[in-house]
Amino acid sequence: MTAHLLDIRVERKSFAATTVLKNIHLQLQPRETVSLLGPSGCGKSTLLRIVAGLEKDFQGELRNNAGEVAFVFQEPRLMPWLTVEQNIGFSADNHYDRAWVAQLIEEVGLGGFAQALPKALSGGMAQRVAIARGLYSRPQVLLLDEPFSAVDAFTRMKLQDLLLQLAQRHAIALLLVTHDVDEALYLSDRVLVMDNRPSSIRQQLSVDLPHPRDRRDPQLASLKALSLTELQRAHVI
Amino acid sequence: MTSKSKNLPLELPTPRRARFSLHNAWRLRLKGLVLPVLIVLLLEFVVRIGWLPSYQMPAPSEIALTLRDLADGALWKHISASLLRVLLGFAIGASLALVFAAWVGLSREAEAYLEPTFAGLRSIPSLAWVPLLLLWLGIDETSKIVLIAIGAFFPVYLNGVAAIRDIDRKLVEVGQMYGFSRRRLVRRILLPAALPGLFTGLRSGMSLAWMFLVAAELIAATKGLGYLLSDGRETSRPDIVLAAIIVLALLGKLSDGLLAGLEKRFLAWRDTFNGQSTED
Repeated sequence: MTAHLLDIRVERKSFAATTVLKNIHLQLQPRETVSLLGPSGCGKSTLLRIVAGLEKDFQGELRNNAGEVAFVFQEPRLMPWLTVEQNIGFSADNHYDRAWVAQLIEEVGLGGFAQALPKALSGGMAQRVAIARGLYSRPQVLLLDEPFSAVDAFTRMKLQDLLLQLAQRHAIALLLVTHDVDEALYLSDRVLVMDNRPSSIRQQLSVDLPHPRDRRDPQLASLKALSLTELQRAHVI
Repeated sequence: MTSKSKNLPLELPTPRRARFSLHNAWRLRLKGLVLPVLIVLLLEFVVRIGWLPSYQMPAPSEIALTLRDLADGALWKHISASLLRVLLGFAIGASLALVFAAWVGLSREAEAYLEPTFAGLRSIPSLAWVPLLLLWLGIDETSKIVLIAIGAFFPVYLNGVAAIRDIDRKLVEVGQMYGFSRRRLVRRILLPAALPGLFTGLRSGMSLAWMFLVAAELIAATKGLGYLLSDGRETSRPDIVLAAIIVLALLGKLSDGLLAGLEKRFLAWRDTFNGQSTED
């Protein structure tokens, strides 16, 4: 049991009279990438917020053996008055570790932008800063809420590769919420397909392909067909 | 112009771009001078040829002479008296307003207790306080400063509360995710995020402070620019009235420019629309 970084059991989570989540059991192993796949409004973001501790009002249990858990939002959510550098070290006020921040800036490919303000960044660059800010606390688990849904398709592919690279280098487990089937399959070791309201995990798909993966891999295509069938059965598409 | 700026190298545009924009800034400033200069010239002409009687509308050159005479005499006494009143009143009104705005903005409880009272007080036209202030505090400095403070209070308070309530919840959530305490949340997120709105409030508070200064000094004063105004009227000297108006305009512009400079310095991070030049 101790091998799990996170062990989440949600018996019921409701907003007013609506039950959003029901009977969900989710475990995350070290260095594993897991995607929650489902339509908008199915409660997957709520589940992620429960894991992050942003949502405390639910019936169930959250066991965290991971220590540090970081969160990357759908939007970059950078403080517009702080430079890239200060945003990355935001959680440590002004005493942030400058060497570590400089290293993170290099790792996310933003060398030379340390002193730039968020208004000078493109959407993709801003999301890189947000990822670096998530990594600043040296987390063992990174939670991502549709992190690439606001950028164009080419930027998205680049950011996906960057994310995998960073997760590997820093030995981080990823728990990712997405509504993009391709993204889920390309990134994850396991894809959890979620139902509509009240949602639970309908099916678990294992993606036993080594990294780095090829986006044109026929196995990915057949898995995509499988998950689309599953989503159709759940009446979400 | 567009194609030229596109061809600028991306790497090191600073020196050339800087000179370019400086040149542009001066051009814009000159454009702003065109209308006032025209008006002054026209007035001078119209008064000189006798279309307007000079006992009602003195020529601009005559006003300039009056200003010079005043500057040799009592002008500085009036300016310093008015300036002191405005600054004191504004400081008191604005700082009280900031305290209450922070309190009401941050706490629903405080809002429930205080906001209805403030809304009620706000609906009183501030000049209606004048007789009461004169009765309570007499005609010396205190009543004037209190009136100016009342005038400066409401714009700062209103904009302050709105600024805090307009803060993007998503940014606040970032702080909550890091487990920030309330104090740290205020210092790291709420205060900087509310700063644009606070500056708007301070600037309109400052302009109202000048307005209330004139009101206070017109009613009862022995020195100050408002006194100069009423003195000019009583002695049928429109040149003195106009000179006082010009000095008031300059001082108002100066104080607003000071705040605008601070605003520009502290809010350089804002990503806002700043108009389009005709060259684009």
